[in-house]
Amino acid sequence: MKHTLAIVAAALLATAGTASAEKIKFEYWYGLSGDLGETLAETCNRFNASQDTYEAVCVGYDGYELVVQSAIAAFRAGKAPTILQSFDAGTADLMMSGEFYPVQKMMADFNIEIDWDNYFPGIKNYYSSSRGELFSMPFNSSTAVMYYNVADLEKAGVKAPATWEDFEAALKAIKAADPAKCAYGYEPSVWIDLEQFSAIHNIGIATNNNGYDGMDTQFTYNTTLHVKHMEDIQRWITDGLAEIKTAATGMTSQDAFAQNICAFYFGSIASHSSVHLKGVEGLKWDVAMLPMTAGVERHNSVVGGASLWVLSGKSEDEYRGAAEYMKFLATPESEKWWVSNTGYIPVTKSAFEQLTAEGFYMADPYKGREVALASLTATEPGPLTRGYRLGGMIQTRAEWASEIQAAMAGQKTVQEALDTAVERSNAILAKFAKTYSGKTLP
Amino acid sequence: MKRAVFNNNWVAAAMVAPQLLIIFIFFYWPTSQALYWAFTLEQPWGGGNTWVGFDNFKAILWDDLYWYSVQVSVIYAIGSTALAVGMALILAVFVDRQLRGFKSYKIGMIWPYAIAAPAVGLAFRFIFNPGAGVMLYVNEVFPGAWNPNSNGSHAMMMVIIAGAWKQVAYNFIFFLAGLQSIPRSLLEAGAMDGARVLRRMRDIQLPLLAPTFFFVLVINITDSFTDSFGIVDTMTGGGPARATNLMVFKIFNDGFQGLDYSGAAAQSIILMFLVVALTFVQFRYIERKVHYT
Repeated sequence: MKHTLAIVAAALLATAGTASAEKIKFEYWYGLSGDLGETLAETCNRFNASQDTYEAVCVGYDGYELVVQSAIAAFRAGKAPTILQSFDAGTADLMMSGEFYPVQKMMADFNIEIDWDNYFPGIKNYYSSSRGELFSMPFNSSTAVMYYNVADLEKAGVKAPATWEDFEAALKAIKAADPAKCAYGYEPSVWIDLEQFSAIHNIGIATNNNGYDGMDTQFTYNTTLHVKHMEDIQRWITDGLAEIKTAATGMTSQDAFAQNICAFYFGSIASHSSVHLKGVEGLKWDVAMLPMTAGVERHNSVVGGASLWVLSGKSEDEYRGAAEYMKFLATPESEKWWVSNTGYIPVTKSAFEQLTAEGFYMADPYKGREVALASLTATEPGPLTRGYRLGGMIQTRAEWASEIQAAMAGQKTVQEALDTAVERSNAILAKFAKTYSGKTLP
Repeated sequence: MKRAVFNNNWVAAAMVAPQLLIIFIFFYWPTSQALYWAFTLEQPWGGGNTWVGFDNFKAILWDDLYWYSVQVSVIYAIGSTALAVGMALILAVFVDRQLRGFKSYKIGMIWPYAIAAPAVGLAFRFIFNPGAGVMLYVNEVFPGAWNPNSNGSHAMMMVIIAGAWKQVAYNFIFFLAGLQSIPRSLLEAGAMDGARVLRRMRDIQLPLLAPTFFFVLVINITDSFTDSFGIVDTMTGGGPARATNLMVFKIFNDGFQGLDYSGAAAQSIILMFLVVALTFVQFRYIERKVHYT
């Protein structure tokens, strides 16, 4: 008994000892879940192990929407985290509120040198104000690519298509070679079908240069090449060249591709590692840039993923901790560690060059990921390809998805569906503008 | 009979205060906030709001798709209530007649109520999955017979069945209790007079069960409007093409996912009035036909 008491006392003393030398803590909430969430948590552990002064308390949420929503609730109660991992669609409200500490300013305030020109312009621009000040820290970046089954294409005697016209021909050839094969597992994605498609074709989806130049923005995608693209997809589904593969139908397009069921899959480069992990024995596959419409010059695709925002109202100490964490993330070692343990792409030129020089992209399982960077840097970002600065983006994306669902189920034509989606989305934009009347997007 | 009365009102007030406080904090306070937000445009991250009067309500009430959402909610309410009440009644009658194995069966019937709605949703999503679940066999025999991913009516049916399945257990407990509180002597007297099982049920049990039936009906309708969220969220996400976009799910979607706090607040105020009105109608017109013993 006495012995146990002694142990308890010793333990108490030990905790008291650590308490006196306690590190300065700051909270970091992130939305990546599953394997990627665990990898992210590991960056926190690595940071904490490298530090005596600061400690990142990392809290994972199941998805970006949930983490943003929780951060808002916490912010309103005065309990927000210092760092928030947020995705593009959730940030318009944050930008308008001004309740954040621009990362570029924070690093300058704490005298931490970061070579911002080292960041890929396509990535840096996406997270910057229209005047070029970087608001949030680029972190997990991706873009959309085309995954294709090498064996199926060889069997059909076609090469990886570079245009949508060739893509259709490839679908037909695959079907001709093996009528039972699912040529294209289609999963509606507003990010790929609308946003990436429009960027690489250098067409806007909304007026005011996709919202950068003012709040009185209107969507225009029901009048662009996007309509034809969606009509093509609908026709492929009707003709049996494509099949809808979603979680609701029992199998996502990614799983259908990894299980050697469908020959084509469009997704984020971040899925590159997932496809490797899930891929069945003998699956031969590769990735390529998204196809173009014949005769249109390729432009850069837009960056996806998420970035790290520093929220306002925290203490000097917490900001210092956050700045140290950002500094840690910006080191080439951290970047390489993150890139090789996930499917995301490097965000700085130097890290990319270093990885290329080391032959990182030469061999499996990383071979092919450089395609994403080629797509992102195809051209310098222009007014229509630097990103989308639109309010209520979660809702407007959902309008597109619901209407496309209706069109794909044959309830209406693609044109009707997109007209409705645009009309409803414009009402959302108008409401957003009214909520922040008198303010301008930074 | 002597009634117990508090002479000291302060003691009485102190007794009910904790309960009132809880109701105030968890009901009246949020409701008043929602009411305020419904008349403003609220910025999600704080930083002020603008008074817009009835604009939010106008925008909602003039929106065809909102009325579509009301329509599917009513279909869901009627469908799931009818199914849940009907099934529970039949099952309760079986147990009350003490058919073979009724004891284990009684416990088994109560379990589903303890399962969280999202878990129910996930289980039924598998059962009704056209490509992987039990319904796959149906689709193999009749290709394309079942496809809740593109067919809105199928999706609605699926959600109704899952919602009703969860609610059956609750109703079952009340019906069973109601049936068991009917004096045996009445049934025995009926039997002596030559009334058979179905006749006794129709003329004695069901009329005496009316108060329970009424209670269960009110609870089920209210519940189907306000508590269907978990099932829709896991099973269909409101789709396909908004076919299962129930009012309560739309509120969640617009408010928490879409960050349109004011629109969602206005919708929840409308939903609240709708449920209040429905309950009022039920008490005003249906309760008249109920005789309490």
